[in-house]
Amino acid sequence: MRLLKLVPDDTNIHFLKWRVPFFVVSIFLILASWGAVLTMGLNLGVDFIGGQMIRVTFTQSAEAPVAQLRGEVEKLGYGEPTIQRFGQPNQVSIRMKLPHGSESDAGKSEAMAKTITAAIQKAHPDARVDGVDSVSGKVSGELFRTGMLALGLAMIAISIYIWLRFEWQFGVGALFSLFHDVSLTLGMFAITQMEFDLNIVAAILTLIGYSLNDTIVVYDRVRENLKKFRRMPLPELLDLSVNETLARTVMTSLTMLITLTALLLLGPKVIFGFTAAITLGIFVGTYSSIYMAAPILVWLKVTSNSFVPTETALEKQERLAREGR
Amino acid sequence: MLDFPRWKQVWLWAVTLVLAAAALPSIFSVAGLPWPSALPSPKVNLGLDLAGGSHLLLEADPEQVKRQRLDSMEEEVRNRLKAADPQIQIGDISTADGTVSFILADPTRVDAAREQLQTLTRGAGMSGQRDWDLQVVDGNRIVMTPTQAGIDQAVTQAMQTATEVVRKRIDSLGTREPTIIRQGNDRIVVQVPGLKDPTALKNLLGQTAKLEFKLVDTNALPSDLQQGIVPPGDELVPYQDTARFGTVPIAVKRLGGIKGDQLSNAQPGNDDRNNQPIVSITFDQQGGAKFAKLTTENVKKPFAIILDGKVLSAPVIEEPIIGGTARISGSFTAESANQLAIALRSGALPVDLKVVEERSVGPDLGADSIHKGMVAMGVGTLAVVLLIFFTYGRFGAYADLALVFNVMMILGVMAILGTTLTLPGIAGFVLTIGAAVDANVLINERIREERKRGRRVVQAVEFGYKEASRAIFDANITNIIAAALMFIFGSGPVKGFAVVLVIGIVTSVFTAVTLTRMWVAGWLRRARPQDLHI
Repeated sequence: MRLLKLVPDDTNIHFLKWRVPFFVVSIFLILASWGAVLTMGLNLGVDFIGGQMIRVTFTQSAEAPVAQLRGEVEKLGYGEPTIQRFGQPNQVSIRMKLPHGSESDAGKSEAMAKTITAAIQKAHPDARVDGVDSVSGKVSGELFRTGMLALGLAMIAISIYIWLRFEWQFGVGALFSLFHDVSLTLGMFAITQMEFDLNIVAAILTLIGYSLNDTIVVYDRVRENLKKFRRMPLPELLDLSVNETLARTVMTSLTMLITLTALLLLGPKVIFGFTAAITLGIFVGTYSSIYMAAPILVWLKVTSNSFVPTETALEKQERLAREGR
Repeated sequence: MLDFPRWKQVWLWAVTLVLAAAALPSIFSVAGLPWPSALPSPKVNLGLDLAGGSHLLLEADPEQVKRQRLDSMEEEVRNRLKAADPQIQIGDISTADGTVSFILADPTRVDAAREQLQTLTRGAGMSGQRDWDLQVVDGNRIVMTPTQAGIDQAVTQAMQTATEVVRKRIDSLGTREPTIIRQGNDRIVVQVPGLKDPTALKNLLGQTAKLEFKLVDTNALPSDLQQGIVPPGDELVPYQDTARFGTVPIAVKRLGGIKGDQLSNAQPGNDDRNNQPIVSITFDQQGGAKFAKLTTENVKKPFAIILDGKVLSAPVIEEPIIGGTARISGSFTAESANQLAIALRSGALPVDLKVVEERSVGPDLGADSIHKGMVAMGVGTLAVVLLIFFTYGRFGAYADLALVFNVMMILGVMAILGTTLTLPGIAGFVLTIGAAVDANVLINERIREERKRGRRVVQAVEFGYKEASRAIFDANITNIIAAALMFIFGSGPVKGFAVVLVIGIVTSVFTAVTLTRMWVAGWLRRARPQDLHI
């Protein structure tokens, strides 16, 4: 049996040659993402802004009658609903602000959910209510704060770990490429206006972990080569390291792509946004470990000295003794 | 590195097979096959988003606990000093500024009063602090200030009791396996799987069920009541059924009533006279004695039956009630009478609980998600298995076998630990499959590389495992850091996802590195290959 080889032996692509233009593109993408987040805003779910979300599936219809629903819910006098398809075309989420005074009287939001679902089920006998989420403003504020705190802490904690295991330049490189990955993912959520809720924060935390896998594999090889080839110019050494690990990078990206595609196409539609975030993040992460994490080492002037233990007096004595012999 | 003595092999196989076998009951149950009941059957719990059900986050107001402590301390102070021998006269008692403060009629008795009051305070916390601070101001005014330690203790106790009461009430609904956990200082998380409509649950938990019997102040002027002027020593309580009794509140005496918390039973029933739903309550011995005293001393006077700050009814006490049973009427429906009976049986909540977050999921959506998740996982696994096999040959087959064991072991560990599989957890599962083979990819690519460099077979394999392990270790630690933060800060489903991730990381390192190494080592020893087909 002939085995597959996705990357031919002795591949030598000069990745680092293009580091400046790619870096400029990356910076531009980061800025564009933040621009999108600031101008278009994230479509925050009830987890983060509070309110009520009712999920309805129209079991007998191919498509949910969104426009009609909007009219029906608006008529009830609770304000304007935000109605969105999620998952299948016949599933919608209807989001409402919580009625006034519901902070002190939970019965009010309860009554609202009842009125709305009753009205929908009356107008559409095939409507199946799949879930009701009510989150008060106080709780949603806490969820948002802790979510963002977790993201920030994860990035910092992981970078510190890299710093301890490698050198400070590697920590900075890891932090920067993580920032790049997270920014682009947030940008995607701003542009597509997919719902941004607690699950998405979990997705981003996951991709922080996984997109760093690539960075670590490259860094590990850089560290090894720094010890091995002490006189090799750094860009060349980085190219060598990236090329040596390229077969693994391609293979792993492929297995991740296979499982994530299966999940995107065949998996539960409810977590489409969640899976999409991780998929994008994994690929942005692979790119960033080659074009963000590695070039930063050149600019921060990593040297092999950091990884070659300095000779202690005892060792020097032994070496001289050996050489003398 | 490639040395695996017999005992080590036995041990590794034992761990693998036991953990993998623990997955079988869950797999059987999803596949709809019967599991022999003679065998232990640990099973993976399905989260609410998969099984359907309700999640409620209840919040108490600590201010209310503080208020109640002040009120009960005022009553205790009055009773204690009145009962002192000789009686200690006090005046100008007030709880307005968060303290209990009053004047002694006879300043020379400060020490006697202090001695009496000291017995009302208790230790709080570890530091030997008391729960109330006692101070004498201007020689004749005593100020009792609640200490922070005392307040914290009271809030904790109230929440403990509240959690117990919530548990009793939910159990009375007969739902299966509810989860009731205290969260933080003042919150309780309630999760009831399989409950389709949480309305009944919320009604039951929303009811504090604080029952009080207080004497009606018959001297209060109706004109005062209309304007909301509170007669001295009274409080104004509105009627619950304003359609029947009107919106004018009723004046009751603030002190001297009794609480309806000393009950031994409460049952819904019907009034023989007009067939209206009622709740009949039975006091325990102590409560019955108090109730008998109250009704004996106040025959022919009206008293108000107050539930959660609303008057249910205010009947006249026709004759002393000494049997220890009473019937409460008050515009009930059969259902609300039943709910009140349940609430009274389970005891009053020491604080009001508000629903600040509610999530309910219908069971159909979850079943659909499980099904689709399984399909995605099956297809994804199969594709990865084939790709790995065709890329690495024999070494790929070892990696594939490790992958299958990995999936089983994740399920097995989840079943043994009783963790909950949530919807994002399914995604975490599928993701783990894609990521778990990364370790084998790293190792196998390294072996290829070492062979290319001209190392001999055994050495190449040894180097492959050794050199790749470092990166595998670092990469998995970063994943664990991310998952740990997710677990600490996440709620419900996100926590479930983090747990799956962590279990997956640990088992995948075990199967992808340790197990494959054992298999490869065994093969090298048996076959002694001169070349590697990798």
